[in-house]
Amino acid sequence: MTDFRMPSLGADMEEGTLVEWLKQPGDQLHRGDIIAVVETQKGAIEIEVFHDGVLEKTHANPGTRLPVGTLLATIRGEGEAPGPPLPSAAPAELPRAPSPPPPRAIAPQPSARRKITPAALRRAIGDGLDIATLTPGPDGIIGLRELAQAPAPPKRRTGGINLDEMRKAIAAAMARSKREIPHYYVSSTIDMTPMVDWLSAENARRPAPDRILSAVPVIKACALALRKVPGLNGHFIDGRYVADDSVKMGVGIALHGGGLIAPALDGSDTMSLGDIMQRLSDLVARVRGGRLRSSELTDATVTLSNLGDESADTVLPVIYPPQVAIIGVGQIVERPWVVNGALTARKLATFTVAGDHRANDGRIAARFLKVLGQVLQTPEAL
Amino acid sequence: MTGSRRITYRDAVREALQEALRRDPRVFLMGEDVGRYGGSYGCSKGLLAEFGEARIRDTPLSESAFTGAGIGAALGGMRPIVEIMTVNFSLLALDQIVNSAATLRHMSGGQFSVPLVIRMATGAGRQLAAQHSHSLENWYAHVPGIKVVAPATVADARGMLWTALEDPDPVIIFEHAMLYNEEGDVPGGDSLTVPIDGAAIRRDGTDVSLITYGGSLKKVLAAADELAKEGISGEVIDLRSLRPLDERTILNSVEKTHRAVIVDEGWRSGSLAGEISARIMEGAFFALDWPVERVCSAEVPIPYARHLEIAATPQVPGIVSAVRRAMRR
Amino acid sequence: MSAPPDPRVHLDREHCLKLLRTMMLIRRFEERCAELYGEQKIRGFLHLYIGEEANAVGVMQALTPEDAIVATYREHGHALARGLPATEVMAEMYGKATGSSRGRGGSMHIFDATRRFYGGNAIVGGGLPLAVGLALADKLREKTPVTCCFFGEGAAAEGEFHESLNLAALWKLPVLFVCENNRYAMGTALERSESEPDFCRHAASYRIPAEAVDGMDVVAVEFAARRAAQAIRDGAGPQFLENRTYRFRAHSMFDAELYRDKAEVEAWKQRCPIKRFRSWLIETGVVHDNDVAALERDVEAEVEAAVAFAEQASWEPEADLTRDVLTTLTPGGRR
Repeated sequence: MTDFRMPSLGADMEEGTLVEWLKQPGDQLHRGDIIAVVETQKGAIEIEVFHDGVLEKTHANPGTRLPVGTLLATIRGEGEAPGPPLPSAAPAELPRAPSPPPPRAIAPQPSARRKITPAALRRAIGDGLDIATLTPGPDGIIGLRELAQAPAPPKRRTGGINLDEMRKAIAAAMARSKREIPHYYVSSTIDMTPMVDWLSAENARRPAPDRILSAVPVIKACALALRKVPGLNGHFIDGRYVADDSVKMGVGIALHGGGLIAPALDGSDTMSLGDIMQRLSDLVARVRGGRLRSSELTDATVTLSNLGDESADTVLPVIYPPQVAIIGVGQIVERPWVVNGALTARKLATFTVAGDHRANDGRIAARFLKVLGQVLQTPEAL
Repeated sequence: MTGSRRITYRDAVREALQEALRRDPRVFLMGEDVGRYGGSYGCSKGLLAEFGEARIRDTPLSESAFTGAGIGAALGGMRPIVEIMTVNFSLLALDQIVNSAATLRHMSGGQFSVPLVIRMATGAGRQLAAQHSHSLENWYAHVPGIKVVAPATVADARGMLWTALEDPDPVIIFEHAMLYNEEGDVPGGDSLTVPIDGAAIRRDGTDVSLITYGGSLKKVLAAADELAKEGISGEVIDLRSLRPLDERTILNSVEKTHRAVIVDEGWRSGSLAGEISARIMEGAFFALDWPVERVCSAEVPIPYARHLEIAATPQVPGIVSAVRRAMRR
Repeated sequence: MSAPPDPRVHLDREHCLKLLRTMMLIRRFEERCAELYGEQKIRGFLHLYIGEEANAVGVMQALTPEDAIVATYREHGHALARGLPATEVMAEMYGKATGSSRGRGGSMHIFDATRRFYGGNAIVGGGLPLAVGLALADKLREKTPVTCCFFGEGAAAEGEFHESLNLAALWKLPVLFVCENNRYAMGTALERSESEPDFCRHAASYRIPAEAVDGMDVVAVEFAARRAAQAIRDGAGPQFLENRTYRFRAHSMFDAELYRDKAEVEAWKQRCPIKRFRSWLIETGVVHDNDVAALERDVEAEVEAAVAFAEQASWEPEADLTRDVLTTLTPGGRR
């Protein structure tokens, strides 16, 4: 038996409509006989058979649209007994193309020059970023992706701050943080009365330009506590926590008109309060004047977010990657408080540690808060 | 306004021819086997019966002569449509197109224009081997004085012809041979004409601009579907007009996506893809987050064997990997 | 170099069997191709020569191995008549690496350098200037071969036809122009494409001696070709034959043949070159029925062997895609 199928008469013929059978079952067929007429996009075409035999059976009715290869009829060869048609051979398969040649990749090459894409370069210049501080991707290239992951929010070199761009940078960094970092929060309310009292006495004896803001002893106290309770000061890089030897406290500085920059105070744990105050004033001036050093934008090992000025009681901050913790400080408020069994009015503040649960645990944060509370009870030691 | 209809690209071309012949008595069609044979791709089937031999003119195999005659007839006040069977045969008429059609307006100091439409099939995909599989759209797009369009959709095949006929200058319409059986929607109602001077965004996206035309559009859309599954959002630009190029649409898209992959069935060297890449470099260099990628035909005459023809021409997997490279994935 | 063939036709039994067998081989080969096309083993365009076999077979008898041949996209018959193995031609149709053009060309582009077969050309008229150049090279190198250029009557409408005839005549080049006039340029009838349908008059206008031949009669074709080739070898410059013939099948495979009458096709089929020659041979007693039956078996076996060869042949590796675009130069390998 031979299968007679809808022939393909051109690569652009995909189907045909059977118009009529010119032979009927039982008819004798000779090679070259026209057996059917098929309507195609190019008009009716007569279809011939290539084998001698008898038309055993037709499988399609006139009027039907049939794809190329559809079984149209079965032809019984001479001397063959009537019977079911043999399965036809499968059409020859083209060889599976060997895997295509490897894509032409621009391989990372050791080079003194940094590869930065034009788009990233344009954005970096616009944002006043120091290209030298950017970390290339695994392919050695700095693109928009690396810029989005850059540790510090951008600002413009020429004095003014590009707030749109800054908003975008904050958005990218914070979105990445919330996407990647499993945050936990641990809070503690600390009696700030000794610190506040000591500070007002201290400021009373300092000349006006040397007076110290209440944020300064808080920074120093946090830095000391971080030294005593390791685990919150450092970076989370390539899947693991890398501790830092010194505390470089990132201090959130709000910008006029919106936006936020958290430059690093290198040596927060070792400097005197006066030095910290000077550094802080200098930083604030330079942040607002747009003259930060790039290392100050990238070096912070932990951040302090102090919204006490804004009358917030509790601050639950978002970690700035790749740091592993951030400390939120609420306002100092006088509240009823029990000291040695007696109710009394004390100046209190709520401290919250947001920690990266990949790098540390709430126990560490709780210990840190406990130590911090102790440190703040002896401000004169700061 | 009635609803849209679904027809084949071939039928769209035929309807457009029929409409033009009905609307304007100056319009006539001439070319090899356009009459009795019905067009080598079946696009003019039935037109001889409706419009007669004077307006549906079978020509001898004389591409230079009948294309030149089309130019002359256009000068003489007619609106000829010349069908050249395939782009490879158009090389026999290249002299007339480049040296006459494209130059007459300019070298006559604006006295004469050539309102001629030339249609031709182009492209590979049917195992027609080295002499019948070219994509030489870029050759024509190189020449000032002519307009070159590539309808990639059924609606464009239906709508571009009349616009081209109304144009006072020569317009070449490239129909990719693999499109004739494609089905697509044409709008209902009377107004089926479409402009021929701008690109169309066939799919919105944010991560990468996929720029293509003609027979490659379908492959690019398929690649964009595949990329969407990986979270890559491709914006697909169908150039539609190859000369002039709609630079604004291309640059706006690249400014948004920062990456461009150009898919062009022409050979890479001296290709339209090369021209588009240069325009992006000139107009959007600082928007680029990756070098412009090109997916073109391999630098080889198109071979007959099926697997080699596939390997020689742009295909979906090649487009997808170019986009992944551009995305640095 | 072999001696030029005898300009006379010797119709001995051996020669007659050769003519008949070659025509039958072409016929059976192409019938099989049509079938394989329907099964999608062969793709692209497939232009069959069925009905026109006497032309290639007759003309080839007048050519020596040193002579050059330029053919068209309907060239399976010319290739087989020139002696290309059916195996290699069939493998080419399949697109296999063992095909005569490594599967790069397919049906329309069969080439064979060893047989000076300069291939099928898919651009109508494209082969004529090429033939003029081949003949020019032979003339410049003071060689004596003939370049035989086959083309259809459709090509005569192209400028290249006229430019080539003029040049060949002007420079007295050894070209045998063979116009295979099958009456249809694709779907356009001769009288609809030619203001002067007598091609001998075109040739004469370029002062090229020309002769019209019954292209359905292999002996007449051979006879005319031998005379023309001899004239060229004698230094008379280009010669022109118009072989009046007919294709029994569609232009290519996908062709509804809206442009010609079935009755016309049937009438021409009565003049089938194979049937006519076979009947004449049997009537005159040169061959017998059993000779014909033996030839049929023989030809069938050769075609089936070609199909089997093509089926089992390997595909060219995709890694070799860009080979043979330009000549690979080896140091000192090329002047």
